[in-house]
Amino acid sequence: MSLILSSAPHIRTAKTTSRLMGNVLIALLPCAAAGIYYFGLRAALVLAVSTVSAVLAEFIWQKLSRKPITISDLSAAVTGLLIGLTVTPTAPWWMVMIGSFFAVIVVKQLFGGIGDNFLNPALAARAVLLASWPARMTSHPAVGFANVDAVTSATPLTTGAGIGDLLLGNVPGAIGETCKIAILLGLVYLLVSGTISWRISVVTIASAFLFNWALSGSLNDSLVAILSGGLLFGAVYMATDYATSPMQAGSQYFYAILIGVLTIIIRKFGVYPEGVTYAILLANITAPLLDRFIPQKVYGIPSIRKEEKKA
Amino acid sequence: MTMNVLLFFVSCVLTNNFIFSRFLGCCPFLGVSSKVSTAVSMGLAVTFVMTIASLVCYVVYNWILVPLGLTFMSTIAFILVIAALVQFVEMFLKKSSPSLYSALGIYLPLITTNCAVLGVATLNMNNGYSMIQSVLNGTFSAIGFLLAITLMAGVRERLESSKIPQCMKGFPITLVSAGLMAMAFMGFNGIV
Amino acid sequence: MSASDDKRNLGQVFMNGILNENPTFRLVLGTCPTLATTTSAMNGFGMGLSVTFVLVCSNIVISLLRKFIPDKVRIPSFIVVIAAFVTILQLLLHAYVPSLYESLGIFLPLIVVNCIILARAEAFASKNPVVSSAVDGFGMGLGFTAALTLIGCVRELLGSGSIFGFQILGDAYEPMLIFVLASGGFLTYGLLLGIINAITNHRKLMKLEKGEN
Repeated sequence: MSLILSSAPHIRTAKTTSRLMGNVLIALLPCAAAGIYYFGLRAALVLAVSTVSAVLAEFIWQKLSRKPITISDLSAAVTGLLIGLTVTPTAPWWMVMIGSFFAVIVVKQLFGGIGDNFLNPALAARAVLLASWPARMTSHPAVGFANVDAVTSATPLTTGAGIGDLLLGNVPGAIGETCKIAILLGLVYLLVSGTISWRISVVTIASAFLFNWALSGSLNDSLVAILSGGLLFGAVYMATDYATSPMQAGSQYFYAILIGVLTIIIRKFGVYPEGVTYAILLANITAPLLDRFIPQKVYGIPSIRKEEKKA
Repeated sequence: MTMNVLLFFVSCVLTNNFIFSRFLGCCPFLGVSSKVSTAVSMGLAVTFVMTIASLVCYVVYNWILVPLGLTFMSTIAFILVIAALVQFVEMFLKKSSPSLYSALGIYLPLITTNCAVLGVATLNMNNGYSMIQSVLNGTFSAIGFLLAITLMAGVRERLESSKIPQCMKGFPITLVSAGLMAMAFMGFNGIV
Repeated sequence: MSASDDKRNLGQVFMNGILNENPTFRLVLGTCPTLATTTSAMNGFGMGLSVTFVLVCSNIVISLLRKFIPDKVRIPSFIVVIAAFVTILQLLLHAYVPSLYESLGIFLPLIVVNCIILARAEAFASKNPVVSSAVDGFGMGLGFTAALTLIGCVRELLGSGSIFGFQILGDAYEPMLIFVLASGGFLTYGLLLGIINAITNHRKLMKLEKGEN
């Protein structure tokens, strides 16, 4: 057979991966709950379709290529749920499904599976959907239970909303990105459980805030900037992905600053209203070079990260 | 003026990247990007040649072909100029800077058939750029190429230890990676 | 006997370019035009035929001149011959098929630096008689055309729902725009290449198993 028959992952590492991914799933629950609360049953369906089809894609691929089935490590489920949370509640089921299949098969499995992909699968899928159906991806329904299809409006990036509404998530947007309190809850859980280190997420948000402040000169505008759109969601759940962020602490600072600055540049000067997707993907691409060329000053990489690398 | 040059730079390097949005110079991009060090050397050699080629082709076109009414001969003239130029650069480097020659030498002959070089000369002509614009376009576009091939090499070095399916090894996975990178570069759309 | 040998050889030379050494899917040469002009089946087809024209003509002339060109300046000489035919092609298309001339744009003059043409000049035409060089150019050109048309069909079908401009997928299909964008070109080419590799690997394996039995 032309395909590599690699041995099954060691039980210990498989367990470690599923524990980590389980933690991410738990951390995503508040966002999912808030999304369903604000956008109703429709959002729940989107999340279900995206998660199930990602797991299904992984299963089908591994079955066809005669590899050990690893859906129990939960990484496909995390990817699927992330895709669902980053699309708009009115996304049609087929679009979500294409996104999940693309993420798992093209971005992850073709490169060798978990840990070998160089781009965050969920974000790459989001970028594909954004390039393919821009109108469907960028029109968001107004918050509310009834008539989800009826009204579409711009995200707070283009309208301007109060800080309180932004924090609670009472604004239009993608399912998981609107409620900032839920995201912060998730962040706290990820930090406390030792799933991620504070470095990437905090530095990303801080650099976006400072860069926006330097450009606009307004503290309020900068606060709104980091609380709008998908910046917080991306910084907490996407930028911190083990496989696609740099391994060394020193490079992680550069990586995070790159994301923060690029996000603001794309938002302010580009054609897309939201820049965080592309900012993280671009930073993913530079991660191997950053790890190689940035002199390492800070030591102490979390032990989990090393284990993940071995896997 | 400075602002215009900066915008032109961003446009050439990021928004209209030679590889990721114009498909110019794909052969060396795919062929010589397996190691970061060789990729950087190739990128620098291309930058060097594209800058000079933009200048010389501008001179040949505007000072020789246009006055003689031979503009339809531009393709032949440009490729001859580029081939001669590459040959000349090779000889010059060999004598004046052996260290640079040993770093870039083996890539120079490949550059004659790099469509980025003939491409930039043709683009300069089609867009009616002035001499300064032509040279800047040559340099900046080549820096875009350098950026693309270096990033690609970084990613490919990483992929070396990956468990890529047999049928995707080599060109297929490199092309898919390039496609995903081009997608990320779409984020720069509209910045300039 | 020698005549039938020749015929079989010519047939082999012809098929070689289309299958075994297909420039696009086997040798992976000439990637720039492959990626740039396959946003629709028609463009890919037009580019393929343009390259075929130049390839056949340059192979014939280079084969005719092969005994007269000094070895030292052979590459520049080949390039001049190729560039001359590209210029003729440019003038012809500009006069008779302006729509194709427009849509191929900068990639028409860039046929000069298409590695396939120089590679065939160097590897085949400069060492072989005229007839087989012409057949080689024709086979390689058609192999390139077939590959570009295939990629063009896939990208046009998924990216605009049509093939050669004819609407294939109904109104219900919402075109997946990424396939006609730059990144879709890389992705389609890479994935098709992977699929073709998988098929050939599978065939080889089947043959091997048969042989063993």
